[in-house]
Amino acid sequence: MSEQHDHHSAPRNPYLEKRRTGEETIKLEQRAAAIEELLISKGLVTQEALDRLVEIYEHDLGPMNGAKAVARAWVDEDYKRRLLDNATDAMRELGFGGMQGEHMVAVENTPNVHNVVVCTLCSCYPWPVLGLPPGWYKDPPYRSRIVIEPRSVLREFGLDLDEHVEIRVWDSSAEMRYVVLPERPAGTETFHEAELAALVSRDAMIGVTHVTV
Amino acid sequence: MNGIHDLGGLTCFGPVEREVDEPKFHEEWERRVFALTLASLGGGLGPVDAFRHAVERMDPVQYLKTSYYEHWLEALETRVADRDLVAAAVGDEPLTPDVVNAVIAQGVDPIRDTESFAPRFAVGDAVRAKNRNPSGHTRLPRYARGRRGKIAMIHGNHVYPDTYAHDQGENAQPLYSVKFSARELWGEEAPGHDHLFIDLWESYLEPVTT
Repeated sequence: MSEQHDHHSAPRNPYLEKRRTGEETIKLEQRAAAIEELLISKGLVTQEALDRLVEIYEHDLGPMNGAKAVARAWVDEDYKRRLLDNATDAMRELGFGGMQGEHMVAVENTPNVHNVVVCTLCSCYPWPVLGLPPGWYKDPPYRSRIVIEPRSVLREFGLDLDEHVEIRVWDSSAEMRYVVLPERPAGTETFHEAELAALVSRDAMIGVTHVTV
Repeated sequence: MNGIHDLGGLTCFGPVEREVDEPKFHEEWERRVFALTLASLGGGLGPVDAFRHAVERMDPVQYLKTSYYEHWLEALETRVADRDLVAAAVGDEPLTPDVVNAVIAQGVDPIRDTESFAPRFAVGDAVRAKNRNPSGHTRLPRYARGRRGKIAMIHGNHVYPDTYAHDQGENAQPLYSVKFSARELWGEEAPGHDHLFIDLWESYLEPVTT
């Protein structure tokens, strides 16, 4: 178990300080076990179904899905048009959809427009194409600040946008899920679709970075 | 409910901190809480709106002091109490591994198609987010209340969280993407060409007549 606590050793913003004693962790384990026992005993779920759910979200779903759609859009103008017209259907063409991505919208970055996605009220995120969100997406600094001072937040991610660029922040306050179609980087003219997909990061599809070679 | 969860526009939390090589889950109990939440939202402790409201009902100090999956754990406990699950009868159709893939692939569709779907607003219409402060669940962020924007997209007829979270019916109604200028929301010092898009239900909006 010890390696699972290693992340606590990094210096943390005091508002993100989630250091726990071993005793507190044991209490959380007990509380989770109590819910698990109750739900199983009430015939709502089986142990094996819980294991399967974890397996899928820990290993099967992730940003490699969204990256495939982005790369396809970069090499196929018709697909790009379909993606921007109806991302739900276009993602479904590639086999991606369902839970927390029942309805998706793709927003396109251009030299003059930069899109970035947030959920200020909780942590809404397009699971089928990006997997589960990173911690920073769910924590207060990003959720609170990206709507009011996007330029300084993006600089913290190393993205210094020119003043002329229009920033569009998408607050996922309903059940629509947003994904950013980043700009294809220069110097990739000879890249194949799979090589392009390998360049596309999770953060670029949230809109906090550009795709770079 | 005007709660601590409604974070948009606060600037007091310091820099965004990213964990290098962050795992999906840090501890085993987080895996369990994640799976239990997914399983139970379709099986008696839902809908998701009620689960979100259970997180919103947390003590605000605890909300800030505890980790993400602790929020979910407490919300699960709250929903167990809400539904009096301990006293409930045992069901005979548990979620089993053979159907998990299909359940995830299907998701939970929030859209209700009705023949009478007739959005009050059209793309381009000027609207104002109402200044409303309900005591229960809402998805109208405080930072948008009273602010003027324009309809950017019409997303269809969506289940209304303000009632659905409280067992008061789906009351599906048009959902819009509303485009606000950064200046309208944050004042004159905001860059004039930046915008925010917020998904808002028709009940949150009123027409702007000038």
